[in-house]
Amino acid sequence: MRARRLRTGMRGWGGAGATAVVCVLVPVLALLLPRTHPHPAGDPAPGGRKAAHGTRVEAVACRDDEAHHRSLSPSDADGPTLAAIRARGHVTVGVDQDSYRWGYRNPNNPTGELEGFDIDLAHRIAEDILGDRNKVQFKAIPTNERISAVRSGRVDMVVRTMTITCDRLKDVAFSAPYFLTGQQVLAPKASRITGYDSSLAGRRICSAAGSTAHDRLSADRKNGRLPASADISTTVPNQLDCLVKLQLGEVDAVVTDSALAAGQAAQDPAVELKGRSFTKEFYGVAMKQGADDLVRRVNRILENYREDGGWKASYDKWLSATLGRDSSSAVPPTANYR
Amino acid sequence: MTHSPTRYTAPPTAHPPTLPAVPPQPAPPPSRRTALAEAAERLRHAATTEPGRLRVIGAALALLVVAFGAVAAVQTAERATAAGDVLHRSQPLSSDAAAVYRSLADANTMATSGYLAGLQEKAATRERYEADIRTAAAKLATAAANSAPGSPSAAIITELNELLPRYKGLVEAARANNRQGFPVGGAYLRAANDMMQKKMLPAAEELYRKENQRLDADYAKATSYPWAAIALGVAALAALGWAQRRLYLRTNRVLNHGLVAATAATAVVLLWLVVGHSVARAGLDDSRAHGVRSLNVLHEARIASLKARSDENLTLVSRGAVTKELEDGTVMDAYEWAFDQEIDKLAKALARADRLADDTAGRKPVQRANASMKAWRSRHELARGANDSGDYQKARDRVVGIGARDQSTAECFDNVDASLASALAHETDEFERAARAGAAATTGLPAGSAVLAVLGAAGAVLGIGRRLSEYR
Repeated sequence: MRARRLRTGMRGWGGAGATAVVCVLVPVLALLLPRTHPHPAGDPAPGGRKAAHGTRVEAVACRDDEAHHRSLSPSDADGPTLAAIRARGHVTVGVDQDSYRWGYRNPNNPTGELEGFDIDLAHRIAEDILGDRNKVQFKAIPTNERISAVRSGRVDMVVRTMTITCDRLKDVAFSAPYFLTGQQVLAPKASRITGYDSSLAGRRICSAAGSTAHDRLSADRKNGRLPASADISTTVPNQLDCLVKLQLGEVDAVVTDSALAAGQAAQDPAVELKGRSFTKEFYGVAMKQGADDLVRRVNRILENYREDGGWKASYDKWLSATLGRDSSSAVPPTANYR
Repeated sequence: MTHSPTRYTAPPTAHPPTLPAVPPQPAPPPSRRTALAEAAERLRHAATTEPGRLRVIGAALALLVVAFGAVAAVQTAERATAAGDVLHRSQPLSSDAAAVYRSLADANTMATSGYLAGLQEKAATRERYEADIRTAAAKLATAAANSAPGSPSAAIITELNELLPRYKGLVEAARANNRQGFPVGGAYLRAANDMMQKKMLPAAEELYRKENQRLDADYAKATSYPWAAIALGVAALAALGWAQRRLYLRTNRVLNHGLVAATAATAVVLLWLVVGHSVARAGLDDSRAHGVRSLNVLHEARIASLKARSDENLTLVSRGAVTKELEDGTVMDAYEWAFDQEIDKLAKALARADRLADDTAGRKPVQRANASMKAWRSRHELARGANDSGDYQKARDRVVGIGARDQSTAECFDNVDASLASALAHETDEFERAARAGAAATTGLPAGSAVLAVLGAAGAVLGIGRRLSEYR
């Protein structure tokens, strides 16, 4: 409901055509102009409205906290990318095989099929485009190959807990956001850590090397939001390695996406998410730039998925046990288009 | 070589042997003087009179021959001990260190294989893992008992002893989590593998290197020529020759039986020494060239095959969780990359082992291993293709090998492993045979040279004594 209202609002403010023209300039101008922040920090205005408002400078500046508002509006229209997929007979989707409750191959599952929230979504997309939820070929891809897999055409799309960011928008197109997450603290239930606050003083905190979590920790320790005595020197190649260190007692807390932290908590009843998530990030489906027909179609599928309860059912099945029913992640994020 | 020196010391002679073996005592000094002055007086007397000179010559000859015998005995005994050490101490210890290294790598391979197979893990894989851990612990205990406290080897052994139970803990956590269906099991297995590849295997390799240094040192000791003994032997022969020529010129007598016997005994010891040592040296060099060097290369090949197998398993366990950026900027799975490195190492080591093998019995298993390695490579490509195209199940079947029709890489790895094991057994035999033959070549030499030298010295003294008796 809310989404539809906003779409209407956007149309009222200018029209998709003009917006598209402005947005085409983004990658070019982004290279030429320094980054500017015309909006004061705080609640961003609804994206569609802002883009349509757009003076040129506004359109150019991509901010990570509104990057998820830059997808194309939904449509059922056919196009060359969709035709190619139909001709092939299956959708190829890049996924994770190792993220519990998201994209995961259960060793005890005799069929060996992947399972999780991301996998459900991929099945839904295949069902909608090809009429059969099983006409999907999963390809396991590592985190840092997600973009190259899309750009090279090795996969049609990546559904793999991928956060929509301005940097990534330079290389790939994203669908509307399908999940709200944020950095969150994970610690043993018995621990006196209460969240992302002064209770972390003197504690050893684990994060994945090169992750947004680690960047955030370093920045916050400098600006004082995180106590200076917190030890953030432990970094690992994969967020799951942090759970190993936590279980072995080599660290006191883990900071990672709440979605992934929930996956970790689901594997160990002795740990839990502490406090609320302290950043806002959105997951999106990554597709090739220029595959507008596919992007619009996926956005339509997401719209239906939210509205017919499919999204909620999948959330309840995989995530509510650890993320909770009243978490801010428990409702699908509002979709705004440019 | 002759072992019957008595033929020379008892020559057919017309005169029955007479004995004043003891040189006649000089007249008691007229007054008591200090021992020093007495000795000086004697020397003066010896230098000026012919009997005195003869006495000095006799004493010098006897001393020279006895010294030769003693040095020959000591030096050959040293070499025999070193040769025995090669055979019974340093080579077995080097083998033990190799066994520690191999069982650790093997344990890791079995742990990753078992993990990947999950519920289909074979009992044999599990048993082999447990046996590997037991072997590693037992061989570490042997190595500890043979290392000097405070030595670098002892420090390495302590480190390994400390890491081993921690490694096992990580593997068990991986297993338990995997049974529950938790992917953190994979993270535990990666942690275990990291500990093995980054800490334990390098330590085991260092221990192996240290034991090989000890082996090299023993080899060097066992094969170095006994130059001091040889020089003394030559000097003794020369002195005996000179003494006989001097006697001949002064007395016109051609043969002095005592001196001839002394010469013969000295010559026999010298010949025995040179020939015996050369044969021993040849045997030891052979054991080293064909045994130890082949063994080293085969150990290397085996380790490479074990590491390659672990990496192959972990590629499918970690499923892209860890990547590596190559120099040209391309990103690939870290374990897939490591597999390529190890299988290349295996190919190179096998090529070297093939060149070092000196008979068909040694070459055959190496060639079998090589053929299996090639099959492994091509099957691995198929598995990799299946994994890349998203058919994980097929990729796993091709690696784990549930049925024979899977054409699994497991089969190839098992064949490589079995072939390398039989090649290692063959080369160990070769080593032992050659080293044993080498060590046997000097058997009896220390005792023989001592006895012969005493006889030779006695001959020299008797011979000179006979001349002296003519001055009475």
